[in-house]
Amino acid sequence: MSATTQQTLPPPARRRSRGAAGDTGFRVLAGTAALLVLILLGATAAAMFWGGLPALRAFGWHFFVGVEWDPVAKRFAALVPIYGTLVTSAIAMLIAVPVSFGIAVFLTEVAPTWVRGPVAAAIELLAGVPSIIYGMWGLFVFVPFMADYVDPFLDAALGPLPVIGALFSGPPMGIGMLTAGIILAIMVIPFVSAVMRDVFTLVPPSLRESAFALGATRWEVVRGVVLPYTRTAVVGGIFLGLGRALGETMAVTFVLGNAHDFSISLLAPGNSIAAAIANEFTEADSDIYRQSLIALGFLLFVVTFVVLAAAKLMLLRMARREGT
Amino acid sequence: MSSARARALHRRRRVVNLLGLGAATLATLFGLVWLVWILGTTLWNGAGAFDAKLFTEMTPPPGEAGGLLNAIVGSAIIIALGIAFGTPVGVMAGTHLAEYAHGTALAEVIRFVNDILLSAPSIVIGLFVYALVVQPTGHFSGWAGGVALALVMLPVVVRTSDETMRLVPATLREAALALGAPKWRMIVRVVWPAARTGIVTGILLGIARISGETAPLLFTALNNQYWTVNPANPMANIPVVIFQFALSPYDQWHSLAWAGALLMTLVVLVLSVGARAALRRRG
Repeated sequence: MSATTQQTLPPPARRRSRGAAGDTGFRVLAGTAALLVLILLGATAAAMFWGGLPALRAFGWHFFVGVEWDPVAKRFAALVPIYGTLVTSAIAMLIAVPVSFGIAVFLTEVAPTWVRGPVAAAIELLAGVPSIIYGMWGLFVFVPFMADYVDPFLDAALGPLPVIGALFSGPPMGIGMLTAGIILAIMVIPFVSAVMRDVFTLVPPSLRESAFALGATRWEVVRGVVLPYTRTAVVGGIFLGLGRALGETMAVTFVLGNAHDFSISLLAPGNSIAAAIANEFTEADSDIYRQSLIALGFLLFVVTFVVLAAAKLMLLRMARREGT
Repeated sequence: MSSARARALHRRRRVVNLLGLGAATLATLFGLVWLVWILGTTLWNGAGAFDAKLFTEMTPPPGEAGGLLNAIVGSAIIIALGIAFGTPVGVMAGTHLAEYAHGTALAEVIRFVNDILLSAPSIVIGLFVYALVVQPTGHFSGWAGGVALALVMLPVVVRTSDETMRLVPATLREAALALGAPKWRMIVRVVWPAARTGIVTGILLGIARISGETAPLLFTALNNQYWTVNPANPMANIPVVIFQFALSPYDQWHSLAWAGALLMTLVVLVLSVGARAALRRRG
């Protein structure tokens, strides 16, 4: 009995070993590919850090707080683009958050069922439009619109006011941080509203129905039940939009004006980290110029990483609660 | 509470409700207005500049008429390189996450990082590939552009293939393994075919994404006003040509930029809408 087993065993054993070799090879391939994702992140951060380090060494902390950007004298300090990135993103979020919230409420509470699909798809379409199209449209259509209608109005209405007047004074050129911020808002609205809509639908029907049964209006259900239940994830969605706004390049490059003079006015030409890199990197004619731009890229990478990681953690918390 | 006060409160709550829901409706209209405005402008200006010369002539020198042939071919080659580099790595990484590392802490970390890369600024990818490929080789090239686009596409493919493979029922895997198939054959012959629609959709979404990307190409593929199909040279491509032409002072260049913009928007929207529709039908 044992002899016959011995005789018939070899073929399957050989097959199994060949299968095992294939298994090991395949497993190693798949594992390497997955590790590549981690390596990609680490290598990007490291390359930006080493590439920008000479500029950070040369200029120190002054790099982040000074305003002179002088390729001829080879002196670089980046407050103007940093300020531009922060201000345009802030304007974008001021507009995008309430609008996205409204869209999410409309899609989950107001619209009849047959309207929801097409409207959601249309808003999603905004996310599909390439960012350079936003930039071109911004430059040829929206900038003249702002220069002709919005800027003069703001200058006349708000310019004379104390304190905030400084934000809205200046020649009505159309280009500037306000225009860039509005375009960024349009770009992030589909991302933020999609997250909000998705988490709104996760609210247990029994909770909503209890509130309705107590006589709450739809708006009161949104304010009193839906929003508190989804708060963490809603903030996560907002951070996701913020991460996108901070790093967006082409749309703002067209309409910011690539100025390196500091101006407090939202109507004056400005700059942003991404726009400065896009405009100047290939034309940078000295090592320190290029290194300064890479240092800016490093800063942008770190800031967006932190913002996006925070967003992801908040969304995961919501998902985990759903899972339990 | 007197009945007059109760009525007043009731009315106030109804007014607040109407205002809130009305504002939500207005917000939706606000979002849709931009979509119509942007797509309408692109269609109008692009269609006006659309003609056969677009596909038969090179990008012209300043102030002359011409087409976008070299940019269209260049874009196609760079995107094809991006797909060739990005897809196998992406699908294999997704396979690792769904089939081998399922439930491990490392898989969670990789998913987390991948989701961040999904939204990371693409201009930083451009800078990275500049340091990785352009600086060592000493010149801009189509290869560098392809690598940059592959890195942009990778997270999209990883995420969708991971997610759809995890949806494949465990019974299918067990049936294959019970028949004696080695794990890798089980994955290739059972899991991949079962998850095919999702994986292909992810690849299509990735292609849509890289077809519209400009920032990673600015310092990698750069631009080239002449005909080339050799990726070792700097290559013309639609997004960078649009960027350069739109910011120029010449009318002919502007209209070519609009034509390129329309072409690019059509490709991107058809790909992404088609892929999403396929995904939805399956879901």
